[in-house]
Amino acid sequence: MAGELADSSSRKKEALFANREEFARIVPLLRERGYAVIGPTIEQGAIVYAPIDSVEQLPIGWTDRQEAGMYRLERRADDAWFGYVVGPFSWKQYLFPPHTKMSESLLTAEGWEFRAVEDDAPMYAFLGVRACDLAALAIQDRVFMNGPYVDPVYEKRRRRALTIAVNCTQAAPTCFCASMGTGPHCRYGFDIAVTELSDGFLLEVGSERGEEIVSGLATSAATELQMAEAHQRRARAVAQITRKLDTHDIRNVLLSQLEHPRWQHVAERCLSCANCTMVCPTCFCCSVEEVADLAETRVERHRSWDSCFNWNFSYMNGGIVRQDIRARYRQWLTHKLASWIDQFGVSGCVGCGRCITWCPVGIDLTEEVAVIRGEAT
Amino acid sequence: MAEKPRLAVLKFASCDGCQLALLDLEERLLELGESVEIAFFLEASSRIEPGPYDVALVEGSITTPHDKERIHEVRRQSRFLITIGACATAGGIQALRNWADHEEFLRAVYAQPQYIAALEKSTPISDHVRVDFELRGCPINPSQLYEILRSLLHGRRPRTPAHSVCLDCKRRGTVCVTVARGIPCLGPVTQAGCGAICPTYDRGCYGCYGPAAQPNLVSLTSHLISTGVSQQEVVRTLRGFNGYSPEFRAESDRLAPP
Repeated sequence: MAGELADSSSRKKEALFANREEFARIVPLLRERGYAVIGPTIEQGAIVYAPIDSVEQLPIGWTDRQEAGMYRLERRADDAWFGYVVGPFSWKQYLFPPHTKMSESLLTAEGWEFRAVEDDAPMYAFLGVRACDLAALAIQDRVFMNGPYVDPVYEKRRRRALTIAVNCTQAAPTCFCASMGTGPHCRYGFDIAVTELSDGFLLEVGSERGEEIVSGLATSAATELQMAEAHQRRARAVAQITRKLDTHDIRNVLLSQLEHPRWQHVAERCLSCANCTMVCPTCFCCSVEEVADLAETRVERHRSWDSCFNWNFSYMNGGIVRQDIRARYRQWLTHKLASWIDQFGVSGCVGCGRCITWCPVGIDLTEEVAVIRGEAT
Repeated sequence: MAEKPRLAVLKFASCDGCQLALLDLEERLLELGESVEIAFFLEASSRIEPGPYDVALVEGSITTPHDKERIHEVRRQSRFLITIGACATAGGIQALRNWADHEEFLRAVYAQPQYIAALEKSTPISDHVRVDFELRGCPINPSQLYEILRSLLHGRRPRTPAHSVCLDCKRRGTVCVTVARGIPCLGPVTQAGCGAICPTYDRGCYGCYGPAAQPNLVSLTSHLISTGVSQQEVVRTLRGFNGYSPEFRAESDRLAPP
C-alpha cells in the first residue's frame, strides 16, 4: 500500500523466478509508474547509487575489492549484475539529503512571514538495497520518524520509496553484518527481494506494492533447483564473512572503559576528517544555518550533513565540549555502539564496513572494540 | 559601524586573484555598493580616497622592507583589518623561498640584483600586525568574502567552516580519490572553502585553504608513505600555497629537516 513501509516479515514468501531479460523490464516498469529508479552504477572509480534508466547502467561484470582504507573496482570473470557489496554511498543520500532548504522567512510590512518549503523530491525506487542497508533504513526510521518530532523531508521520501533488496552472494573482508545480526540475508523491510542466479533472478515479494510490480513481469514459480542455487549462493556470502565484532554486553563494556588507553592510541591515527560518519548509513548529524540577504529581509534556513568529528560541532554557549580527537572518536564509537541502544533501542551499527574502507588511514572499529574489550593488544 | 562604512582593498606580494573574488561577486557587489563606500580599490577604480577605513581587506604577503613598514600604516588607518588569501594568511606560494637561499634566487632572476630590495622570507600579515580576521584560500571564495562583509555590517561573528575538505566531498557526492584510486590528497587535513573542487576533478587536494582545525598531519603523512608515496612527494605536497602555515610547515620540516 502506498505510504506504508514494507512489512515483508509477515508475508508468505513464495519465490518466483524471472530470467535476465524479463527482470531487466523492472526498470522501465518502475519508471512508467512514476518512480525515479536509483541503483548501483559506476562513477568516479566506485560503485555508487545514482539515477538509472536501464539495467545496462548496473555494474555488470564488475566487483569491488575492499580493505581498511582501500577500495578498487575489478573485472569479474562472469557477467553478474550484483556481484559486489556496498560502496561509498548509502541510501541516506536520497532520504536525508546532504543539503536541504528547510524554510524561508520574509520581512513584510506586517512583520515576518514564515514559510515551509515543500520538498519536491521524486518518488524513489531503490534497486539493490543490501541486508545491512535495510537494517540502516530501519534505524533511520526510528531516528527520523518515531517519536514526537518527525522529520518531514525524510518521512515523505521514505513513505513513497519502493525498496528492491538484493541478497549478497559474496562478502568483502570489511563486512561484518553477521556479527550485528543484520545480514547478509534480507529478511524484512523490502517490497521485493532478489537473489541473483546463474541464469536469472529469484524474487520474493514483501509488500502489496512489490506484488503489483512483480505481477507486471513474466515470472514462474521457482523450482527446487533454483531455490537450492539461491540458498547456496547466499550461503557463500555467509561463509566469506571473516570480520567479527563481539556485541556481547557491548554497551556496558564500552561505557565502563572511557579512560582506556586505546582511545589515545586511536586518536593518534584518527584524522577527525568525518569520512566515517559521512559514509555511515545511520549517522544523522546535521547543522542548521540561517542564511540572510544583505538587507536581512529574506532569511533561508538550510540543513547540511555535519559530523561529531568536526572540532566545533560540540560548540555550545561558552565553548567547545569535545576539544580533542580522543574525545571525538570516543564520542562517535560509544554513541554508535553503546548509547545509541539507550537512545533508540538498537545498535547504531549495521556491520556494512563502510567506515573501515573509507577511512583514509584505515581505522577499523572492530579492532578498536576488540582491544578495548581486552581481546587483543 | 558608520552609516556607510568605508572599505579599502590593499595589496602586498600577491597575484591579485583574491581581489578579483570581490569583483566576482558581480550583482552582489552592486548590492554591497549600496551599503558600503568603496574608498580604495585599485583593481576596480583609480579613484583613491584617503583613510581611515572601517574595513581593510589586505591581500598579499610581506616580502620587502618597504611593505614591512607600509603594513603598519595600513593597520593604523583601519578599524577592521581582514587578510584575504593564502599569501596574506600564510605567506603564499612565494614562501617556498623560505626554504631556499633568496640571494641565489635574486642572482638567477634579475640581471641587476643590486636594485632589488627583498626580505629573506615571505611572511603572513599576522607576523607583523594584529589581524582581526583571516579569510583563507588560494584564491578566496567570493561567497565567504561576502559572508565576512555581511557579518561586519550586521555586527556579528562571520561563519566560515573549520571542517575538512572531506566533508564537502561527501556532501557533494565525490568519491574519495585516496581510497578509491590511491591519489595523495590533503583533503583530510585541509580546511573546507573551495567546495572540494580538485577531488571532484580527479585530483588530490592541494591544501589551498590551509590546515583544518587540529589537523593530524603525522598520521596522514605516515599512512601515505606506508602506502608507497615517496617522502619527497609528501613533502612537495605539503609545501604548496599554504606550505608556510605553521602546521604544514612543521610537518614538512619534520619529514625533511631544513
